Parts: sequence; C-alpha cells; structure tokens
Amino acid sequence: METLLSQLFAGLSLGSVLLLAALGLALTFGQMGVINMAHGEFMMAGAYTAFVIQGLLGDPGASLLVSLPLGFLVGGALGLLLEATLIHRMYRRPLDTLLVTWGVALVLQQVARDVFGAPNVDVAAPGWLSGAVTVGGLALPKTRLFILALAVVCIVALALVLRATPLGRRIRAVVQHRDLAEASGISSRATDRLTFFIGSGLAGVAGVALTLLGSVGPTLGTSYIVDAFLVVVAGGIGQIKGTVIAATALGLLQSFFEFSTTASVAKVLVFVVIVAFLQVRPQGLVSVRTRSLA
Amino acid sequence: MRPRSSTGTTGTTRTATITRPVVASLAVLAVAVLTACGAKVDAAGGGASSSAAAGCVDTSGDAVKVGFLNSLSGTMAISEQTVHDSLQLAADEINADGGVLGKQLEIVSEDGQSEPTVFAEKASKLITSDCVAAVFGGWTSASRKAMLPVFEANDSLLFYPVQYEGLESSENIFYTGATTNQQIVPALDYLAEQGAKSLFLVGSDYVFPRTANKIINAYAAAHDIEIVGEEYAPLGHTDFSTIVNKVKAADADAVFNTLNGDSNVAFFKEYNNAGLSADDMPVVSVSIAEEEVGGIGVDNIEGQLTAWNYYQTVDSPENDAFVKAFKAEYGEDRPTSDPMEAAYTSLYLWRAMVEKAESFDVADVQEAADGVTFDAPEGTVVVDGDNHHVAKTALIGRIGDDGLIHTEWSSQEPIEPDPFLEGYDWAEDLS
Repeated sequence: METLLSQLFAGLSLGSVLLLAALGLALTFGQMGVINMAHGEFMMAGAYTAFVIQGLLGDPGASLLVSLPLGFLVGGALGLLLEATLIHRMYRRPLDTLLVTWGVALVLQQVARDVFGAPNVDVAAPGWLSGAVTVGGLALPKTRLFILALAVVCIVALALVLRATPLGRRIRAVVQHRDLAEASGISSRATDRLTFFIGSGLAGVAGVALTLLGSVGPTLGTSYIVDAFLVVVAGGIGQIKGTVIAATALGLLQSFFEFSTTASVAKVLVFVVIVAFLQVRPQGLVSVRTRSLA
Repeated sequence: MRPRSSTGTTGTTRTATITRPVVASLAVLAVAVLTACGAKVDAAGGGASSSAAAGCVDTSGDAVKVGFLNSLSGTMAISEQTVHDSLQLAADEINADGGVLGKQLEIVSEDGQSEPTVFAEKASKLITSDCVAAVFGGWTSASRKAMLPVFEANDSLLFYPVQYEGLESSENIFYTGATTNQQIVPALDYLAEQGAKSLFLVGSDYVFPRTANKIINAYAAAHDIEIVGEEYAPLGHTDFSTIVNKVKAADADAVFNTLNGDSNVAFFKEYNNAGLSADDMPVVSVSIAEEEVGGIGVDNIEGQLTAWNYYQTVDSPENDAFVKAFKAEYGEDRPTSDPMEAAYTSLYLWRAMVEKAESFDVADVQEAADGVTFDAPEGTVVVDGDNHHVAKTALIGRIGDDGLIHTEWSSQEPIEPDPFLEGYDWAEDLS
C-alpha cells in the first residue's frame, strides 16, 4: 500500500515535470501551430540561468527564487528573438519551421557547450528543499513537492492570463480566427509575439525547475522535447486543459509501467499506448470544436 | 511524426506544395548515403589487402600521428572530456621528453559524440584517412564493442582506458582500465567482508551493467548473498523516483551502482531526497570518480563508496608529479581520476612498447607488449601479453566532504588480470 502511494506520488511528480515542459509548447504549438524544436533548448537556457545566478548570488535559496522569474525572461527573450527573426516568416510553412527550429536547437546546444563547457554542471538545491516531508510513513521529496506546486502555479497563472485579461482575450481571438480578429482591430503580429514570449518563458521556468532533479548540460532539452510534444498531441491541440490531463496521465502511466516492468520497457509501453490512443482519437483528449470538415 | 495532426486542418493544397522540397531533400539524402557507402567500400578494400592499412602510417618524417577518440559532446562528455585532457597531458610530456623513437607525437582528435556508431565511424576515419599509429579512447563498452571490428578489420591498435565488464580480449585492443576481477570482484569481496547479505543492483541499460550484474549474480549465488532487485535505466534517464522507490522498498544491505554518465546525478539527488543515506544503505559505484563527484554535488554523495584502482589521494611520488602537472595545465580545481590515470598510463605504455619493439608496426608492438611496465601514478603496472590487460591494485574508497575519494580498503598488491574469470569456480558458466 505504501509503495503504491509513493508510486502514485512519483507518477504525479513526473506528470508535473512533463506538464512544465509541455505547458509552453501547448501555447506555441497548440495555440499557434508552430512546431518549435528549440523549445527544449529554451528549457536548457532556463537551467543555465539558474546555474549562472547561483554562481553570482551564492545562496541556493535566494538564487532559486531569483532564477524562476529570470528564467522566464531569458526563455521568453530567446523565444521573442526566434519569433521575430525566423518563425514569423514561415507561419504558413509548418514543415520548414520544424527544420529551421531544429537547426536553431543544434546551434543553441553548441553555444551552451562553448560557453559553459561540455561537462554537465550542478545547481545546488536550497537547504529548505533537501530531504523529504513524511506523511503517514510516506516520504515525499521536497523538491518534487516544490515542482508540483510550481506546475500548479504556472497552470493557474496561465489560465488567468488567457481567460481574464485583455491579452488572453486577444490570444484566444487570434487562435480562433486570425482574419476576423485582425478585422476587429487586433494586431495579430503583436499578439503572436506575446504568445510566443509567454510560451518560451514557461520553457525557461521548466528549465530552472529541472535543475532540482538532475544536472544541467547542453543536451538537457533534448530528453524532454519528445515527451513534451507527446503530451501536447495526446492532450489535444489548442487546449490547455487537455495538456494538463495528458501530462498527469502520461506521468502516472510511465511510473506504474516502470514499477511493474523496467524503465526501458515502460517507455516502450507508453509509446504503444499513445499510438493506440491516437488511432482511436487522432484529435487528442480534448479537441476544439470547429465548423471545418477537417 | 507528430506534426501531421497540426497541419491536418490547414487543408489538402498544402500537401502538394510541400512535396517538392521533401522529394528534393530525399534525393540529397540518398546521394549522401551513397557517397558514404562508397567511402566505406574503399576503407574495407584497404583493410582487406592487409599491408595497405598498416602501410598507411607514415613514419618517415620526424613526427608520428596518434588518434584521441573521446566523447566531447553528449551525455558521456562529463566523463570523457577528462580522459581527453589527461591524454593530451601525457602527449605533451612525451613530446617534451623527446617523443617516441625520436619522433614527436602529432595528435588527431575526434569527437565520439556519446554515440557508438559515431565511435566506429571516427575510428575508421582515424585509421584509414588520418593514418594514425594507434588510437586512444572510448569509454562506454558500447563504444568499444562498436570500434572492435573496425580495429580488427584494419589491424590497428586501440588503447581503452576504462574499467569494463571483462569477457573480452582482442589482439587489437590494450585494456589499461580494470577488468572485473580487479574491480567488481574485490568490491563484492569487500561488501561480503563487511557482512552484506543482500544487494540491490541499479545500472544503465547497456552492455557493461548487464554483464557486470550477471557476474554479480553468479558471485552472490556462490557467497550466500541475496540479490533483492535488479533495475536498469536507459542511458541519459533522468527520472529515478520509481527506481529509488523500488530500492527503498527492497531495503537491501547495500546498492551496487553501475549507472553511467549524468544519470548518476539524478539518481543520487533522488536517493537523498527519498531520505536514504550512506549510513542506512551504502551505494557502491563503479563509474563515479573524482570528476563526477563535482557534477553530482558533494552533498548528495558524501560517504558513499566507490571501487577503482586509483584515486587522486594515492600517496606516491609518481602520483604527486602527475597531479601537480595536471593541475598546472588545467587549473587547481580540476581533480584527477582513475580513467584519466589509466589513459595517461596507456600513452606511456604504448611508448614503452614501441621503444621495446623499435618499430611503430602493429605486429611488432603486439609482439613486444608482454611484460612492458610503467611506473604509473597508481603504482607500477605490467602488461599481460596474452590477454592485453594490465595488473592493477584494487582500491575501495569513500567519498569525503572535500569531494575527493579516500582509500578505505586495498587489495595490497596488484591483481593479475583475468578477463574471463577463469580462476574463479563460481564464474564457470559465465563465459
């Protein structure tokens, strides 16, 4: 029973990591339709931000709290730069975007390698996040609780921005019908940029959070990018709700499969489940209702 | 791939417009593949006429080329960069000392990119296109296994500096790291001596951990030790909560860790966060040396055990000189580790073999190898001409709060290499 509960927690925790990684993608890929392969590298940039800040400030606690907003800004700034220089030229050419952003991802990895060196670096976790909280004999690692909480905060913040602010209204309007939104006086260029900024910024935040779990290296993003796309696709394009459900479900699936088999086999099983699921429901868990026949 | 579902809504006309670039890039790809195959055919042809490959090494000038092949990028870079640095140090020292047979070493470096296939490709390039006299490098057994046929087909030499799972002995490879009876078996002896009755095995999912664990299982069966769990994580795996949960639930006397690369960081962070420590369940690692301790974070791993044949703290004049030279070259904060030392030693051993043979020719070097010695930082090492391994002393160490590893237990004298464990009754069914 206790193992079952701690497995449940491990699954939720993995789900929250996946969610953080996929949330930004749900905006840029899900809402805007941009296949951004450099999304993982924005996470890497966020992680290195945490590393640099820790080098400057020294104290792990303070630097974590500074790194989170700063990681958002760094990821967002990179996203803005990418959007302004490359992506906005190819909104109508999704396959080219895939290749171009993949190239950008490779460039960013090499930049990180040249600046920070090939060996991975370690970001120390603050003292108040080391160890575990014990609930009825169940040890819940504090870092994982923190990431879980961070994911919830990001989700709530994003939902608020999308639903309750003029910006969110503009984003949703452009997603639903670009031409009509423009005709109503919304600058779709400015909206695109802001959406991309927020989406990439969330990747930066995810990167900062990942430093609590493992080491920071130039290829940090590549291990998450495929999973992040899986979550967004399985969740249904264009729906944040679907992303949340899919991330949680995949996290739980992965950890329970892993518990009853092995890590490698679990990965295979998760892929099989997703492929089978997409056969039945190609539009994902939650889909936007449209009048188009496609 | 996934993107299809996103383009689905944009209509069918799109498909027509994409087709052309896709076809064009496919054509380019096909041409690239064909040229690559062409190159391969040439290389094989050169190898088949035997002397062609050997004759390719140019020893007429006052310099001779040697190849360094390490992963300078990818998940293994954390470890292999250090080996590359110490090889470079050895080459600089040898060049300053007059070179090998009066010839300066000219280094050709290649990046194995943590990919076995790239290792094979680059090895072939070093041998047939750069015409190096010998290649130094490799880390994962997967990379060595991928390179082995390349070195055998081209009849060239590889010096492999890392401890590995044994059960191998190639004419074309010199193994200067430990084989199992010089590292894993002594580590198990130590655990048994400490009274461990149950073990949990955690490893990366590839050839070294799987073979190592097969050996550990055989040892355990013969020594009344229970294996309470055996888990593998894919290379580069970063989420260890499930595996740590299993370890915790199994409650073994010790954990035997054969994880490789940066998975170790995630594993030890998780291990600590789950409330496990070296006191209640010590972890013996065979792939964590001084360099990795820094990457994992001393706090996460302090007090845990390692099994190697060299630590920076080894007390000998040779080691003092090595450590001092390395720090002078690469900075005070850089530690030295077992694979670095084995790599450093491998270049010196090759020099000794070449000078004994008075020839760079592969056959002459193989002939001369038996009994070649070098006063290495770990102590004097002797090459075994039959199995191409070297005799080494086993050291169990404990990671201190200074980030260095301090010897806790020693086999006292060099252990003769026995890659196929022929001298051990319990290992009969393994090879």
